[in-house]
Amino acid sequence: MKKNYKIEVDCANCANKMEEAASKTPGVKEASVNFMTLKMKVEFEEGADPAAVMEEVRKNCKKVESDCEVFL
Amino acid sequence: MSQKQKKNLIRIIIAAVMTILLHFLPVEGAPRFILYMITYLIIGYDILIKAFQGIKNRQPLDESLLMTIATLGAIALALYTKSGDYAEAIAVMLFYQIGEWFQSYAVGKSRKNIADLMDIAPDHANIETENGQLEQVDPDDVEIGTVIVVQPGERVPIDGIIVSGTSSLNTSALTGESLPRDVKEGDEVISGCINLNGLLKVETTKEFGESTASKVLELIEDASSRKSRSENFITKFARVYTPAVVGAALALALLPPLVLLMLGKDPAWGTWIYRALTFLVISCPCALVVSIPLSFFAGIGSASRQGVLVKGSNYLETLSETKTVVFDKTGTLTKGVFEVTAIHPEIVDEDTLLHLAAHVERYSKHPIANSLRKAYPNEADDCSVEDVNEISGHGITARVNGQTIAVGNDKLMNKLGAKWHECHKHGTILHVAIDGEYAGHIVISDVIKENSKQAIAELKKNGIRETVMLTGDLKEVAESVASELKLDKVYSELLPQDKVAKVEELLKQKRSEKEALAFVGDGINDAPVLSRADIGIAMGAMGSDAAIEAADVVLMDDDPLKISTAVRISRKCLRIVKENIWFAIGIKLACLVLGAFGVANMWFAIFADVGVMILAVLNAIRCMF
Repeated sequence: MKKNYKIEVDCANCANKMEEAASKTPGVKEASVNFMTLKMKVEFEEGADPAAVMEEVRKNCKKVESDCEVFL
Repeated sequence: MSQKQKKNLIRIIIAAVMTILLHFLPVEGAPRFILYMITYLIIGYDILIKAFQGIKNRQPLDESLLMTIATLGAIALALYTKSGDYAEAIAVMLFYQIGEWFQSYAVGKSRKNIADLMDIAPDHANIETENGQLEQVDPDDVEIGTVIVVQPGERVPIDGIIVSGTSSLNTSALTGESLPRDVKEGDEVISGCINLNGLLKVETTKEFGESTASKVLELIEDASSRKSRSENFITKFARVYTPAVVGAALALALLPPLVLLMLGKDPAWGTWIYRALTFLVISCPCALVVSIPLSFFAGIGSASRQGVLVKGSNYLETLSETKTVVFDKTGTLTKGVFEVTAIHPEIVDEDTLLHLAAHVERYSKHPIANSLRKAYPNEADDCSVEDVNEISGHGITARVNGQTIAVGNDKLMNKLGAKWHECHKHGTILHVAIDGEYAGHIVISDVIKENSKQAIAELKKNGIRETVMLTGDLKEVAESVASELKLDKVYSELLPQDKVAKVEELLKQKRSEKEALAFVGDGINDAPVLSRADIGIAMGAMGSDAAIEAADVVLMDDDPLKISTAVRISRKCLRIVKENIWFAIGIKLACLVLGAFGVANMWFAIFADVGVMILAVLNAIRCMF
C-alpha cells in the first residue's frame, strides 16, 4: 500500500535525512521525500498499520530534523 | 514571503547593521565581548537551539551542530588569543543564515511559479437545479452522466461530451497550444480547458479523479519522485561528504600539532584548530542537494508548460541522451485520416469527377466514402441518385442524373470493361467510369502532418543521429513518406509484434550504453513498443488514458515538433545539472585545500559556501525558461 503525506521542511538536505529516517522505520518498505513538492510517499510493508507506522515515521523524522513536520 | 522568511530577513538585517556599527565602535574588553555576543545570539539563536536538539537526538553530523562548533570555536579562539576578533564568528552565522534564507525564498518562489503553471484543476462544478438556478458543487461529488454547466471564463472541471452550446476552448494549459479550439454539440471536451465565450452544457463521461486534468496533475506531482541518476548520485555524495569533511577537520586539528610536538617544535594548536573549524563551515552539501532536484523540477515544469509531460526526472535524463528516434507512421507522422490527395480526370473536369463519385458514395459507411464526402461537402444538392448497388470487394455503381456511374477498384473496371490505367501516386486509387467509359481516378491517402518534416529536421539539428520509421503500411507508401520527410531508415509491412522485434534489434545496434532510443507512437496500439524502448513518447494524449499509462513522456497534442522541444529542454536541464555538480564540488574541494594550508580563512570559506549555493540555485532556476 502506498500513501502520500504533506510535509514541511526547510532545507533540501534535511529532506534527504527525513527520507532516510522514514525508510528505516519498521513497517515502511520504501519512503521517498520530494523536497520540491513537499510530499512524502510511503510504501508500507504488508500487514502494517499505516496510522501507527506514520506516528513512528514522524517521530524519527523529528529526531533527525527537529524543524520538520509530517501532516498525518 | 512567509512569516518565517520575513522574521529571518529582519534578523539578518539587524545583525548585519550591528556588526558594521560594532566594527567602528571603539569599545574594548568585556563590553565589546558582550555587544558582539548579543549580535551573535540575534543571528544564531535558532541554530544553537537546533544544535542542542541534535545532541539530544544523537545526530552528531547535524549541520546546525557543526555550524555551532565552528562559530563557538572561533569565539573561543578569539578569547584565547585575546585578538578580540569576534566578527568572524558572527559573519559565518550571518552568511549561513543569508544562504538559508535565499534557498528558502528561491525554492518557495519556484515552487509557486510551477504550481501556478499547473493550476489546471478546477475547484467546483456547476449543476443546474430544477428551478434553473446554478449550484456549485465539489467536482468530486459529480457522478458519471451528470449534466454540468460550464460558464464562459470557467475551466471545464470534468471530461465529457457537449450536449448543448458552442464555444471556443483555450487548451493552452494542457497542450501549450495558444490557438483556441472551436467546439460544438456532440464534441468531446477535456477538463482543464478554459471555456472562452459560449455557455456549455456537458454530460460527464468520467469521474473527477479520472478526468484528464486530475490525471495530468497527479502525473506531474509524482514526476519528481522518480529520481534521476544525478539525484541519486548527489544523495549518496551528501551522505559521505559531511562525515568525510568532519573527519578531515578532526584529523587537521589533531595530527599536525601532534607531529610538530613529536618533532619538538611549537605545536601551534590555535592555528590548526582554526583551520579545522574552517572545514566545518564548508561541511554542508546544501548547494548540491538543493540545486539538482530544483533543476529537474524546473525542467519538468517548463516542459509541461509546452504541453510535454515528463513522468519523472529519470526520463528527463534519458531523453537528453537520446540518439535514435523511432517513429510509428500512422497517427504520428501522418494524420491517420484518409483524404483525397489527387484527382486525375480523363474526360470530365476535376470537380465533376469528384461530384459524381461523392454522389455514388452517398449512402456508404465505408471510410473511403467519408473521405470523398469530406472533399466534396455540398454533396446534398438536387441531383438524382438512384439504383445504388454496392458490390462487395469491387465498389459501388449508381444512376446519377440518368448516367450510370461506377466508382471502385481495378476489378470493378475490368468487370465493366472500362480501360483503366495505373496512377503514379501512392494510396488508394478510386477509378470512376461513366456509362462504362473510363473517366479518371481519385487518389485517397493518408496525409503527412504539416509539422512532420520540420520536426525531423529539428531533431537532426539537435544532434539526433538516426531517425527511423516503422509502419504496417505498404512498402511503396512507407518509402514515399520516408523520402519526403528525409528519414534515415524505414521498415514497412510490419505487424505489431514485428515492431517490438525491430525496436529490440535497433536497441542492440546502439553504440554505447549511454545512448538512448526513443519510440514515438500515438499510444493507442503501441503500448508494447512504448514500454520496450528506452524512452516511450506518446502523442496526442488529450483524452487517451492508454497513452498516459504506457508512455514515459506524453505530448498533449499531436504536434511532432514537440519532440524536439522536449529533447531540447531535457538537454538544457541536464547541462545545468552537470554544471552545478562540477561547479559546487569543485569550489568546495578547492576551499578545503586552501583552508588546510591556511590560505583561506573562515570569511573566505563562508563566502564560497553561500556564494556557490546562490549561484547554483540561480543556475537551476534557468531550467524553467
